[in-house]
This record gives sequence, C-alpha cells and structure tokens, in this order.
Amino acid sequence: MAKEQLMSYEDAIERFEVVIGLEVHVELNTVSKMFCGCANNFGSEPNTNVCPTCLGLPGSLPAVNRKAVESSIAIGLALDCQIASNGRFARKNYFYPDLAKNFQTSQFDEPIAFEGEISIELETGEVFMVPIERAHMEEDAGKLTHVGGATGRIQGAEYSLVDYNRAGVPLVEIVTKPIYGALDKAPELAATYVRAIRDIVKSMNVSDAKMERGNVRCDANVSLREKGAEKLGTRTETKNVNSLKSIENTVRYEIQRQAFILAAGGKIVQETRHWHEDRGHTSAGRPKSDADDYRYFPEPDLVPVQPSEEWIEEIRLTLTEKPSVRRKRLQNDWGFADLEFRDVLNSDLLDEIEATVAAGASPQSARKWWTGELARLANVQEVAVQDLPITPEQVASIQKLIDSGELTDRIARDVVAGVLAGEGEPAEVIESRGLKIVTDEGALIAAIDKALASQPDVMEKIRDGKLQAAGAVIGAVMQEMRGQADAARVRELILERAK
Amino acid sequence: MTDITSSSAAILAGLISSKKASSVEITTAFLDRLEKLNPKTNSYLYFNRENSLAQAKRADQQLAEGKTVSPLHGVPIAVKDNLTTTDAPTTAGSKILEGWVPQYDATVVRKLREASMPILGKTNLDEFAMGSSTEFSAYGPSKNPWDLSRIPGGSGGGSSSAIAGHLAPLAIGSDTGGSIRFPAAMTGSVGAKPTYGAVSRYGLIALASSLDQIGPVTNNVMDAAMLQDVIGGHDPHDSTSLPNGLGSMVQSVKEADVKGLKVGVVKQLSSDGFQPGVKACFDDTIEKLAAAGAEIVEVDCPSFEYAVAAYYLILPAEASSNLAKFDSVRFGLRVTPDGNPTIENVMAATREQGFGPEVKRRIILGTYALSSGYYDAYYGSAQKVRTLIQQDLAKAFTQADVLLTPTAPTTAFKIGEKVNDPLAMYLNDIATIPANLAGIPGISVPNGLASEDGLPSGVQILAPAMQDGQMYRVASIVEKLYMDQWGASLIARVPDLEAL
Repeated sequence: MAKEQLMSYEDAIERFEVVIGLEVHVELNTVSKMFCGCANNFGSEPNTNVCPTCLGLPGSLPAVNRKAVESSIAIGLALDCQIASNGRFARKNYFYPDLAKNFQTSQFDEPIAFEGEISIELETGEVFMVPIERAHMEEDAGKLTHVGGATGRIQGAEYSLVDYNRAGVPLVEIVTKPIYGALDKAPELAATYVRAIRDIVKSMNVSDAKMERGNVRCDANVSLREKGAEKLGTRTETKNVNSLKSIENTVRYEIQRQAFILAAGGKIVQETRHWHEDRGHTSAGRPKSDADDYRYFPEPDLVPVQPSEEWIEEIRLTLTEKPSVRRKRLQNDWGFADLEFRDVLNSDLLDEIEATVAAGASPQSARKWWTGELARLANVQEVAVQDLPITPEQVASIQKLIDSGELTDRIARDVVAGVLAGEGEPAEVIESRGLKIVTDEGALIAAIDKALASQPDVMEKIRDGKLQAAGAVIGAVMQEMRGQADAARVRELILERAK
Repeated sequence: MTDITSSSAAILAGLISSKKASSVEITTAFLDRLEKLNPKTNSYLYFNRENSLAQAKRADQQLAEGKTVSPLHGVPIAVKDNLTTTDAPTTAGSKILEGWVPQYDATVVRKLREASMPILGKTNLDEFAMGSSTEFSAYGPSKNPWDLSRIPGGSGGGSSSAIAGHLAPLAIGSDTGGSIRFPAAMTGSVGAKPTYGAVSRYGLIALASSLDQIGPVTNNVMDAAMLQDVIGGHDPHDSTSLPNGLGSMVQSVKEADVKGLKVGVVKQLSSDGFQPGVKACFDDTIEKLAAAGAEIVEVDCPSFEYAVAAYYLILPAEASSNLAKFDSVRFGLRVTPDGNPTIENVMAATREQGFGPEVKRRIILGTYALSSGYYDAYYGSAQKVRTLIQQDLAKAFTQADVLLTPTAPTTAFKIGEKVNDPLAMYLNDIATIPANLAGIPGISVPNGLASEDGLPSGVQILAPAMQDGQMYRVASIVEKLYMDQWGASLIARVPDLEAL
C-alpha cells in the first residue's frame, strides 16, 4: 500500500490541537479464566484449555471468577477510581468465528471502576494528570490463524484455524477520557501513560504485563482540531498497538497524516487503523461509527457483581507502592542525577539495581554495572539485559571484591564473562581462571626492576619531577602481570624506587 | 404390566424399595410400551433400550448392596430434549443440532443419574422450546393421548404426552412462558415451574435465560414434589441458581391443610377470553376450596394486560443472542454453499437451513428490539412492565397466600388449527407468562373435563418467590378435593392408546 502524505510534525503541531484517548487492555494472570475453571495459560497446545462454557456449547453458563474481580478492583484502586457497588455484565453481540458464543460478555454501562486519574511524568519533568473514565472487566476472544493466503489475513486464506485457549481469558480495559493540551508531547505522553499502566499491573502482580505477548495492548485514538475550535475532530482508532515505541510512533504518524488531510480541506474517515512498525505507518481497517450496533443488553446469565465495602478495603490494604511513588523514593535514596535515573528507567532496570543495592553494592556501582558493561554484553548477545544469566547478588559480590581491592575493574569484567559463560559463582570463576590480583610485592618489584632495566632514562625523568614518565613502566609491569595487578600500587612502588 | 405403567412414581418407588419389583422390570415395562406406542404419540425423539436397562441394572445392583440413594431410586424418567446428555443426542427439536451428542451432562441430568433414576429417552419439543403445541418441532408434532388429532401443548408436549400416555412415570420439562404448565393442562397431568433459580439451568439449551426454569411433569402432585426435591438446589455452574435450598416439597405436600388458607382470584384472569367449559371447571375449583374452608379474595393485577406483549419482547431479545452460537463453527449442522464461500456465507446458509420459521421469526423480533434507537422503546419498556407485574404480584400476595387462575384459555386444539396464526398461538400462555416474568413458582393441576369437548382442563396455582412449598401444599389440597370426588386421578381416564 502506498504510504499516505504527511505534514511535517512541527507544522502539524503549530496549526492543530491534538486530542488523544487511550484504551489499554490488560490480560489478568489469574489461574483460571473469567467465567469457567479452565487454565489461563499462555502457550499451551491449541484447544487444550477449553470446556463447554468457553467453547460456548449449547446449555453452558458462565460463573464469575472472584479473583479476576479482585484484580480488577485492585487496578481500579491503583488508578484512584471509584469502585461500583453494583456492576453488571452485558452482552456485546457480533458474529466472528473466534468468539465462541458470538457475543462477548463485557461490562458496558456499569463498569467495576470509574472516574480515576493518574499522574504521568514526561522526560522534561512535566507532569500530566491523565483522567481515567473507567476500567471494566471483559473476556478475551480465541485466536485465529489463517492458512493458505499470501497475507496471513482472513481475506484470501484457504482455511482458518481457531484456538479457543484464549477465549474467556480475563481482561481489564482501562479507558481514558479525552486528553487535551499535550501539544507536541502527545506521542510521548501516550507511550509514557501505557508504560505507567504496565508498571502498575506488573508491580501489583495482576498481569504478566509482557507487551510482546499481548498481555498489555493499546488502542490509540487520535483526533485533531483547529486551534481554538470547540468541537472535537473526527478520530481514528489504531488497534492493538503492542510496544511503547509503536504507540509513540502511531500517535505521531496519525497527527501528521490527519494534519495533511485537514489542511488540504479533506475529511478524516472515522475508522479503525492498524500500525505497521516495520513500515512505519498505519493503514485503514474497517470503517467505524458511533452507531456500530452491538445490541448491548444486560447479561441475564450472571447476577450483578456487588463487592462489599469490607472487601474493597481489604483489597486496598494489599496495594503495593505505586510505581511513580517508588521511583521518586529510589531516586531520592540513591542520589542519582535526573539523567542517570532516566537511563535506568529507560532500560527498565529499576528492579535489578534495587536488588543489587540490597545485596550490598553501592547505588552508583550497581547502576554502572547494569547500564554499562551488562547492557553492552546483552546488546552483543542480542538478549534483554534482564535475561542475562547473572543475578543481582552475583553482581554485588563482584563489586565487593573490587571495593576491597581484590579485583580490578578489568579483571572483574573477566569474572562477569565467566559467570555469563556458565562457569559458576564469581568465586569459582576467579579460582578456575586464576584471576586473583597479584599482591606479592616481591613479584611486583621484580617486574618493575625488569621494566626499568629496559628503560633506563625513566628513573631520571621521575627524579626530575616528570612523574608521568612512570606510565610506560606501569604499562610494562601490567603486561608482565597479565593485568592481574593493582596499577595504583605499582605506581606507588615505582615512585618509591625512584627516591 | 399395565399395573406398572399406570402407577404413580411414588408407588413405583415403593415397589422398588420393598423389592416387590426391580428397576429393570419397571424400566422394561415402560420401554415395551413406548416402543410400541411412541409411533402414535411421537413423544420421544430418542430412546435406547440397552442404555436405559444398563442404568436400571446399576440401580438394582445398588439396592442389592443395601444402598438406596434417593426416594425415587430406580424409577425411570423421560427428559426433554433441550437438556444435554452425554449418552444421547440432544437436538432441542431443531435440525441445526441434529446428531449432536453433548460433551457434558446438564446438572439436572447429573442429579437424576446420582439419584439412580434410569433415563428412558429424550422427549419432543417445539424447536428451541418456541411454541405451545410442538408443531414447531423439526421432528414433527407430538399427539395428545386424549385425542391424537389434537396438540399435547407445548413446548413440552413430548413430556406431557409421555406422562398422559403412560410412556413414562415421570418427566422433566422446561418452562419459559408456560412450556411445563400449559402442556400439563392440555393432557390432564401435573406440571410445576419452580421459583426462578430453584433448579440449575446448567445444560439447559437456553431460550430466554431470565425466564427459563426446569421442572417436573408427572401424574400427580406428590410425584412432582418428589422430583423437585431430587433436581433442586444450588449449582456453582449457574450463578442465577438460589444460594440456599427451599426445603422439602414432599414435606409440604404431607402438611397440606386448607385451614386458614387465603386464595386469591386474579380479576384479569378469571373472566373474559376463556372457553366456557374451562371457565366452569375453574369456578368449580374455587367453589370446592370455599366449601372446604378456604377464604376467597379477588386481587387486581392491572399490569397483567401487558404481560404477553412484554414477554414477546424480552424473550426474543434474549433468544436472539442465545441462539447466535449456532453458527456451524464448533458443533451441529454445517451447510457450505457452492463456490468459494466466506465464513459469513457458511454461517448464514447454516442458519437459513437449520432454523425453522418460528425460530427465525423470534430472532428477527429480538434483534430488532435490541437495536440501537429501538432498545428503550421495546426492550427497555418491556423490562419496566416486568417490574410492574412483579409489583402487582407482591401486592396481591399481601392479600392472599396463593393465586389461582385457569392454566390455559382453552382445552387442547386441533393440530394445524393455530400454526399459521402466531398471535393466537402466543395467547395460549396468557395466564402462565406472569409467573416467568416475576420469577415466582406456578403449578398446573387437572380440574376436570370441559363440558363442550370432554378434554382436560387445568387450574394454575401461583405462590410467592421461594415459597414452592406453599405452591405444592395448595396443589395437593386441590388435587385431594378432586380425588375425593372422582375416586381416581383424571389421567386414569385417558383413552386406551393401544385401541386408538
């Protein structure tokens, strides 16, 4: 498909006001599904986690998973929402082969949580309050695989396979109110907001929160209006964007695309769109109107969800520290500069650094290891730094040996390499690779004398006050000791010899 | 074996527990009779002698080991074909499910098995229980044993004709707007719709979820009470099932006493629109109760006037959604049109061929009633009427312990008489629908033969929600007044099917 014409981002922002709205679907990590006892398990053989209810067999009935309600209430509370004392499910009716009953059981006009807000801090330190309209419970659909077509889409496929393992997996959909005033920061705000939601559900352990698996996915609504206009512009909804980078890119692209159309006097088509990260653009999905008729009506097979005040308070007590609060606390405790801390956040290493500090390393050394050498190695191996086979405790123990002078930075890197290569604990690597620093001064002095003998003028230069001349000797000694010497001590010894 | 097949379930249970007859003997007697006579009545869509006898044998083995697992141990039963059974196809009377053998048993079926009650077979019904004559069954209508040219009522006409024809001593029905009570009235049998939620709906192929309820179809009130005791109770698979049991219905029947009883006659359901012979039977019931010492009061339920209209919006709305799952993807019929059809084409062709005319009519009505822009006027208004009917009934029950109405406006009509007149068909349920809209229990008990055609008439007893015991108590009183007069149950007077 031809790429559409775009206005430059700066011009678009100059001319139009951007309004965004975000719908984030969070897949809960409950043991069983939303309305039946089947395992909620990613990656099982197709159609093994199924029963009459999630297959929509005639006669089957749903029963609400109490744990899913609890997780939904917890999410609502974390977003400062009010919790409904009477929440009903409804049926959203439409035909699609991945939808076993041909209706989705979802909350509609009576969501479990409503009217919340969350503060989002951008890179510049600017803080936005994002208003939350609602968080409601619903069930996921099955998964379709289209076989035999060129595109992998249903059009042109020879046949399609349906896996109902995902059918009935509990979802919480978090919907913002329209977000105004983000201006040129709208794309960044969208991505930062989704990251905040992901961090919250991860820290509460109500979701596995892996975006690449679709545990957290975002529908991004974007519309533009002329500056000063009252009426909202026509919006598009880009569906199922599942990485933070893609969310930012999607919003930015839609701003530029819509701006070009509007500036040329055109009209935005209200539609769903799809983001193609590889090609860097969105494409039209199906036309959508506010009159899409899902024939919602209250689900007659379920009684309303009526959480008691006591239960809500019990759940409130179990809430963990909010990620934004935790971040502030850690930055403060560790004394990191804003830039240093942003590096940590951007590489998603808060947990690792916290654990390394807890195991005895200083915050700065822990940060250097994770955002420095370990990040570099991960990059070389093309894995996530979090997935490297080294624990925060091991990193801390290596750092302790540096602090006590038993390892140099350079040798420590060899120890890390050994741990990553599966050679065992740091102590075992040091033993088997013979990486202990040489502290035998007799051996050092012998090496110094050997170096001085080949560079006789050095001693004279030092005595003349040209101390930098010692460098060449230090280099020769370190080479002789295969790096396993403390360079600072070697320097001291050379200066002593020169007296 | 005539003695066995014309006996009540209570008597059969007694024969079995006292070892005077085995479950195998009794089950065999019914199988012999139904194999011979089902071609006349078309009560059963499916039966399997071997399977039924295997169940009866197990029941006898338990008895031999000294184990009696329920008061109806060993007594065989017929099950309406909209309840799932793992050992028999389940069609709901529709072509779209022809040949489907469910992967699971309905909770009620499981309870029957746990009570060691052999299942005789699956009984006929209007397609997806939509109808009041069984004429909308995709497998042909059932016939009324009183007159084989007449309907046995519907949707549960398979179960009612099986009871009246002595092709089963007990049967299970389901009642969305009268599908247990109306057929009971048409055939001189007893049919009870318990309080909504008293019996689990898990495994009942849903018509309208907020109205459907499973209940007994039997020869007499005690049998019905015994059966409700077996099938009732909370089920974690059905969120709408009541959290607590309602006590023993059998105990309520035993405690029947007319003293101090206040009987309400609903003004809106006691005058116009009833066949004279049916009305005469009803008046006779009221006179009998008054003579026995009950206090009779008239109660006013003005919203009943709108009950049928509201019902025919709520039911189709829910049904249109419940029936969406019949799409050929996972089970049942699949029709693949020629050419290179899309999934939409396959779904549409399957539904076009698989559903009958009444089902299509109601899907269209319901889809329309739920549509954006019409929802408030139709579905919304109907729900308001539902609330008004509940309020009318709540007020009526402050004036009377139970309410009595004729169960049906007429006796059994001729097959073919109303099949092309949906409105006339819908009005058959005018007296039974309010109980479903309000979720209260109702039972039909035979109260004579109409003078003009000699066909059975029924009286309906309604009680407040969760007072099923009260309903059975009064039903038993009414039944006894007639037994005193007749010396035997009405159903004993059904013509000899073998001679028809």
